[in-house]
Order: sequence, then structure tokens, then C-alpha cells
Amino acid sequence: MNSFAEQFPVVFSALNTGFLQTLKLFVVTLVGAIPLGLIISFGSMSRFKPLSAAVKTVVWVVRGSPLMIQLLIIYYFPGLVFNNPVWGGGENGRFIAACVAFIVNYACYFSEIYRGGIQDVPVGQQEAGIVLGMSRSQIFFKVTLLQMIKRIVPPMSNEIITLVKDTSLARIIALQEIIWAGQAFLKGSQGISGQIWPLFFTAVYYLAFSGILTLLFSAVEKKLSYFKV
Amino acid sequence: MSETILQVSGLSKSFADNKVLKDISLSLEEGSVMSIIGSSGSGKTTLLRCITGLETADRGTITVAGERVFDSERTQKLTREQKRHYQLLTGLVFQNFNLFPQYSVLKNVTLAKELLLKEQIKQGKAQKDELEEVEKQAKELISSVGLADKLASYPCELSGGQQQRVAIARALILSPKVLCFDEPTSALDPEITGEVLNVISSLASEGRTMLIVTHEMGFAKEVSDTVLFMDSGVIAEEGTPKEVFENPKSERLKSFLNSTLKV
Repeated sequence: MNSFAEQFPVVFSALNTGFLQTLKLFVVTLVGAIPLGLIISFGSMSRFKPLSAAVKTVVWVVRGSPLMIQLLIIYYFPGLVFNNPVWGGGENGRFIAACVAFIVNYACYFSEIYRGGIQDVPVGQQEAGIVLGMSRSQIFFKVTLLQMIKRIVPPMSNEIITLVKDTSLARIIALQEIIWAGQAFLKGSQGISGQIWPLFFTAVYYLAFSGILTLLFSAVEKKLSYFKV
Repeated sequence: MSETILQVSGLSKSFADNKVLKDISLSLEEGSVMSIIGSSGSGKTTLLRCITGLETADRGTITVAGERVFDSERTQKLTREQKRHYQLLTGLVFQNFNLFPQYSVLKNVTLAKELLLKEQIKQGKAQKDELEEVEKQAKELISSVGLADKLASYPCELSGGQQQRVAIARALILSPKVLCFDEPTSALDPEITGEVLNVISSLASEGRTMLIVTHEMGFAKEVSDTVLFMDSGVIAEEGTPKEVFENPKSERLKSFLNSTLKV
């Protein structure tokens, strides 16, 4: 298989399969990290000092060390140190380990964005809720939450677009995402070897996907523009 | 002789070393209007925040409509329901309105009442059809403050004076026994304070019990039955508007009135 026309369908299909794994990691990370981040942000805002100190330390460690190292530690550490490879072998085990690393990492970043968003809501909003007899959870869900969401859309869209590209780090534990799929044609796969263009071509997927997300976020911003905070 | 609706006794409050309220006592009769005047830092806003439950006093008691809503000696914890019941005996209109920006004028007014009724319906203490009444009641209140054409507007589309009038309607829908105002016109442009003061005056003439912290001396004189002058955490002088404004006894009040007139 020497001509580009012959290679393209093979590469395209392999990259699609890889991208599906990328997409799965992306979605699972968001589904896990968005609510976990909220819990972490409540922890770091807790008035119970030992809790907020512990949470802030965890956030510092997770944000302060490379996600790639975190992936390696989470994937290999249980097997190497406790002789107990909790993730199991194979692609499935790698996927679960990657999800855990990404969820924890992104939840820590999200938690700081949430904290900023919550603390930016004027205290008068809470006080208005209190004098109107609303409970703390009613004030959070009916008053604070939407104002916080409006404030955090721009920083969250930044983080989420970064996540699209960060998923490629899972290549380090050989998760078969799109970079892995593209690289395979460098070493040789399905009769194609020594080709670097498939790896370069993966960028098109990332670009297209982040383009869609950018449109999505500007739609959300527009949707929330009916009120000012 | 009408009934005492608000009774504050021996109320003290400090922030760190700063004694903001020193053994404050006052009583307010049902249907009357009391204004609290004084320079900033005199403790008047803190007093209002203690009465409306936003601050917890260190000592003293507060009784509203015969119910002991605050007692520094109380040891047992209040249930959520008691707390809310006490909370709703008073209402508060803020200096900065604090409307909920994401809700329309109508929803700002109905939200708290709807949440309250939904809980009461769950507990079997209210009927479903009361929920339908809320919107009707809100619309009436909103037109009574002159904003019938703004039901669907959002706070960012309203002027400060309009926002404050919505805030008044929002407080009224919960039928507080005592409606408190914390410098309701201080955040407004001078030319639109009138529309808010007119609404408050008409509430006074309807016989609402109100406690108003204000810098508008002319308004205080006109609308109040009693005026309190607060100075460094104590009630320095108290009397009818005539007594306080035309016959100030203390030097402190004289110089305060002089300085406000100059402005």
C-alpha cells in the first residue's frame, strides 16, 4: 500500500476508532469531574479548618504535578507496590485507570473555578434569600447556582477545550486513543509503516472537536446573556 | 392604645473589640412607623440586621408579634421550621435591592412564597390551589408599586428606583409583621428617590408597621410616628419627628442635624 489513496481509508478507519476512545475518555471525565469538582470546592470553602486544609493540599498536589506522571502512578503504582494491579489488564483496565486520573485531575481544576464563581456571587444575594425564609440549599440551587454558572462559562470552556487535547496524554499508558492509533502507522500496522502523516492528521480531529465545543460554549453564553450578574 | 408588635430589650452586639450596639431597647406599636437616623457607624444598620436575623446579637431579646424570635439566653436549637417562622415575621428591603438577576420581576416576587407553599403542601399544611393564588397576589403587589407593565422584565432592564419597588413587593408578599428598610434610597440617583419614598409613604398610610433606617431627613420627618437618633451604639434621643427635628436636646443630635442640612 504505497499510494495515499490506498492508505487513506485504512488510516481514516483506524483514527476513527482511536477517536472514539478519546471521546469516551473526554465524556467520562466531564461526567465525573463536573460534580466531583463541586464537592471539592465545598470542601475547600468549609469553615471546618482541618477539612479545608486537607482539601487544599490535595488540590495543590494534583494541580502542581504533571497529569502524565499522575497517569503513570495511578496505572502502575498498585501493581508495582502492592503487587495488586487493581485495574486489570488490557484496554479496559487502561481506560478505567485513565478515567480515574483524568477525573481527579480535572475535578481539582474545576473546583477552583467553582470556588471563584460561588464567591463572586454578592453576599447580598444570600442575605436576600435568608430574609425571604429560604433554606441554605434553596438559596444555593435557586439563587446562587445559575449566577455561578454564568460566571464560570468562560474559564470552564477554557479547561474543557484543554481537556480535549489532554486526553492524548493517556497515550503514555498505551490507551488506544487517537494518538496511539496514528502512531501505529509509524511503526507499522495493517500493511502501512514509516508513515508520519496519520499522526499529523490526528490534529484535524482535535481541531474539529474543539471547534464544535467553542460554538457550543458561545451558544451557552448567549443563552445566559438575558441577565447580568 | 395599639399593641406592641416589636420589642427589643437589652440588645448588645460586638464585632471583635468594636461594641456596635450597647444595650439597645425599643418598642414599636402595630401600624406605626419608626425611623432610625444617625451617622454611619452609629449601629443603625447592625440593629436592623439583628432584628431581621442577618446578625446574631451577643445579648438581649427580640420579640415580634408576641413571639420571642431571639433570646441570647436560649440554649435549645430552633428547628428549621421555627427559624423560618420567626424569619418571616420580619421583612427587609436592602440598600442595594438584591433582586435575583436571573428571574423576571414576577418570579422575583413569587419565588420565596412558592417555595414556602410547596413545602407546606408536602407537609399537608397548605392546599394546592393556594399556589395558584401566589401569582395573582404578586401581580397585584407589583401593580401597587406601579410596575404592572414590567412583569416580564429582568432586573438589569430596570432603573434603580424600579428595582427597589420590586424589592418592596417581594418583601410584602410574605406579609411580614414588621417591614424593615435599610437606607432604601441611598443607592439611588437623587431624582428617583421620590418614586421609592412615595411607595413607602403609601404603605405607611395603609397602616403597615415599618422600621426605616434612612438618611432622608425630610422623609423621616413626614412619614414617621417616632424617630430614633442613634449615636455610637446607643439610642441617644427618641421622640416624635417634631421633638427630634425641631427641638433636639443633645448637642450630638444638633450637630448631626446641622451637618445633614448642609449637604
